[in-house]
Amino acid sequence: MSFVKLARMARLFTVLPLLAFLVSCKPESDVAIANREGILIMGNSNEPKGLDPHLVSGVLESNIIRALFEGLFIDSPDEDNVALPAAAESYEVNEDFTVWTFKLQPYGRWSDGVPVTSHDFVFSYRRLLSPDPNWPAKYAEMLYFIKNAQAFHQNQRGFILCGQDVNFPAPWEDLQEVNFRGNDSLAPSPYEGKRLSELKDEERAPFLDYVQAGSSVDFDKLLAGDFSAMTSAEKAIHLNYKGLDKATAEELAYIQQTPESFTWPANVPMEAKTEVLRRLLEHRREGSPSLWDAANVGVTAVDDFTLRVELRGPVPYLPEVTKHYTWYPVPRHIILKHGDINTAFSSRWTQPGNLVSNGPFKLKEWRTNHYIEVEKNEHYWDKENVALNGIRYLPISNYYTESRMFSDGQLHVTYTIPSELIPWAKEKYPQRVRQEPYVGVRFLRTNITREPFDNPKVRLAFATAIDRKAICEKILQGGQKPAKGIVPPFGDYESPGKVTFDPEKARQLLKESGYKSTSAFPDISILTTDSDSGRREAEALQAMWDEHLGIKARIVQREWTTYLQRQYDKDYDIAVNGWIGDYLDPTTFLEMWTAGNGNNNTGWASEEYEDLLKQAENTADPAKRLEILAQAETIVLDDSPVLPIYWYTTNYLLREEVKNWNPLLLNNHPFKFVELKP
Amino acid sequence: MLKTILSRLIQTVVVVFALVTFTFFAARAMPGNPFASDKATTPEEQAALEAYYGLDKGPIEQYYNYWKNIILHGDFGDSLSMKGRKVSDLIAESFPISFTLGMTALILGVLIGVPLGVIAALYHNKAIDYIAMVIALAGICIVAFVLGPLFQIFLAKPLSVLNVAGWSRPTDIILPAITLCFGSAAVLARLTRGGMLDVLSQDYIRTARAKGVPPLKIITKHALRPALMPAVTYLGPAFAAIITGSFVVENIFLVPGMGQHFVIGITALDFNLIVALVFFYGILMGIANLLSDLALIFMDPKLRNA
Repeated sequence: MSFVKLARMARLFTVLPLLAFLVSCKPESDVAIANREGILIMGNSNEPKGLDPHLVSGVLESNIIRALFEGLFIDSPDEDNVALPAAAESYEVNEDFTVWTFKLQPYGRWSDGVPVTSHDFVFSYRRLLSPDPNWPAKYAEMLYFIKNAQAFHQNQRGFILCGQDVNFPAPWEDLQEVNFRGNDSLAPSPYEGKRLSELKDEERAPFLDYVQAGSSVDFDKLLAGDFSAMTSAEKAIHLNYKGLDKATAEELAYIQQTPESFTWPANVPMEAKTEVLRRLLEHRREGSPSLWDAANVGVTAVDDFTLRVELRGPVPYLPEVTKHYTWYPVPRHIILKHGDINTAFSSRWTQPGNLVSNGPFKLKEWRTNHYIEVEKNEHYWDKENVALNGIRYLPISNYYTESRMFSDGQLHVTYTIPSELIPWAKEKYPQRVRQEPYVGVRFLRTNITREPFDNPKVRLAFATAIDRKAICEKILQGGQKPAKGIVPPFGDYESPGKVTFDPEKARQLLKESGYKSTSAFPDISILTTDSDSGRREAEALQAMWDEHLGIKARIVQREWTTYLQRQYDKDYDIAVNGWIGDYLDPTTFLEMWTAGNGNNNTGWASEEYEDLLKQAENTADPAKRLEILAQAETIVLDDSPVLPIYWYTTNYLLREEVKNWNPLLLNNHPFKFVELKP
Repeated sequence: MLKTILSRLIQTVVVVFALVTFTFFAARAMPGNPFASDKATTPEEQAALEAYYGLDKGPIEQYYNYWKNIILHGDFGDSLSMKGRKVSDLIAESFPISFTLGMTALILGVLIGVPLGVIAALYHNKAIDYIAMVIALAGICIVAFVLGPLFQIFLAKPLSVLNVAGWSRPTDIILPAITLCFGSAAVLARLTRGGMLDVLSQDYIRTARAKGVPPLKIITKHALRPALMPAVTYLGPAFAAIITGSFVVENIFLVPGMGQHFVIGITALDFNLIVALVFFYGILMGIANLLSDLALIFMDPKLRNA
């Protein structure tokens, strides 16, 4: 029995009595009603994790936050790389793009009528950058462009309390060699249950810079972290592992009394050492108050409506960056009413009725797993130019349902469209299928801390054996482009384009790598998520590596949190991942591969690479800067800790009455300009 | 009678306690990190989050604190995945929706399943019996993620009065309820048919027939009540299961019910949500079983004295 017949039968069986009743009334579709009311209905994939702009990191949250809040600049509805004035009316910038002065909108208002001032911005940046470990902001790095923001956020006490003082007994150039941040090579965690004397020679080597070989060091005591219970050798390792910035008052006092317990660089004079310890200890004894005032973070409220931002280096594209929601102001008066500056999840300020925002819309209703609706903000400074009366976001996690709802007239725009439905949709509504380039890259992380991907030749062989064109055209079918590099194409940046598909060369590379035969090759597994599309993609990679290299990889699918955690723990061989750019600059893709970056997870690092990034950071000339960044990308691609697969495309459905919704690389459509013209 | 109720209540308390205890530790034994996100979490943040949710303590101490918070403050904890929300609020918000949908589906299931079973039994081994049982078998076999989309494509779209999915119009309950009722209708039909066949072959039915009682009266007055006993036994647990929502049906029809919390709780390693849901479900199951036992006692005089 065919499905059609079966369904017909089911239809007759269940609904005949209802049918007569229902046919008699024929209500208009949701979209028709919404068109009349001026409300845009959007599929938004899932329930948002929250609406606090400082505590979320996802695309679907950003879709709602961009309607509610507004940064200094806003995207143009039809052009990339154009920043239209928003919360800032105008700006001035110095010659080398390091000091920006923004004049705020004189009539900028929060949705409760309170003026939006430069103090809100300063408060907001201070809040996001807060170094408090109880403050779970995920995206503070986005503000590292600001001078001293990183030092404040990472609680670099030594730099803030001593390095910034021009009268300090030693200049910062000498002082920065002091071990303020700690020394990770002394981490006790790998040696649980052991003593120093039991380690292999190469394991022991880093410790011998600080203690003698025969010293009594019990790693379990180091792991337990009880300072008073440690021997003097253990204390020395503990202190040098931790660094001065994190040392407690007790530990600092111990260093004062026992100077040999901490290792100082040779060129720091005694007087400076004493002073460093004195200042750090004083700060600890005061209960470690916030270093905000001492840190001199480069953001100042010159007057109520003038905001000055000093940067750590030239950033000619700063207006681009300020479009990101991490740069938005948050309502100081409301946040402080519902808690402290750093009250995170327990604060009720984002609940409907409490949430106050400065964007074109304000929060109207929020029902868990049901919908979120925003309505026009009557206090918005430019409300005459806001066409929509509201937006309704539906958390439709089933994308097949989403497509069906769209074709039934329940949605104006979908979040995505499943790849199997693209041919159907193209045939049915050629005008409504949208396929647009999106700044994101799909890639494989390799774990270079273990075999076989510690070998650059192996990594390159695997990279060269991926038939990217086949993946894009046969599997995804959504207009994705085979990736030539890590940074997708946009603006004037040209990816060095090192990545190719060449089975011959791949085999050659594998031969050169020193693995005699494929049977001697270690067992490897491809880590991916538990989605169907993840499985299909991994199967394709598995088949390609088998065909071209003769290597059989296993596929390991794990649900989201385990999948992520295994990468953070470096408990994987090779893992499929995606990354979406936060703003239109290559650094949003390149910063990730620096040594300390929390999203690196490969174990790969290169000084040369980081020097180039640093150099780019201090280059004001845009063309020159991009050239340096391209050199940096070349280094990653040559060494291949990351194997790019394809560059993203957005695929979604959009009704024709939605106007001013044009292709944008970041897919951040400014809702302010969107219109409904049925 | 009172003794039966009391002993069942005590049994329920013991079972729920054991269930919650097991789930509490089993959830924590799952691999993964509830605080993992696509942006890296530093060890300090991880430690602070664990301290905030009390996960830095040993398992026994966590377990002790869990009960302490429930008994002293009535607090079932915060959700780990939907930060800043109490799990009790999440359940309180979604349960009424699942209850409405589940009850509708169950009533539909009874209205369809029981008559179908009776008819099948009356026409035992005839064409009608076979057709009814094929439908029942199909209802058991065709799962909701097939039925749901079929209804959306072949019912909602052509009819145009029904929305494909959503939970904003009163009519939005129709499709998910029909989808959800299929399984229970099918099981009820089979159980009713079996019970009916059993009863119809009993001596007292023959006696009634011989006395000339009209056939319809035999069924309604004498046969149906005992024939429904297996169905009622099934209805207890089915009731608890159906009113706590179904992930598949909610996912397909965009119903903001409770079922999706079961799945999301597990995939996101939201310990507090998982344990609270099992807690709630266990209590409902206990009550539903008790109610179905009481119904059986009411229906069968023989049980009243037992």
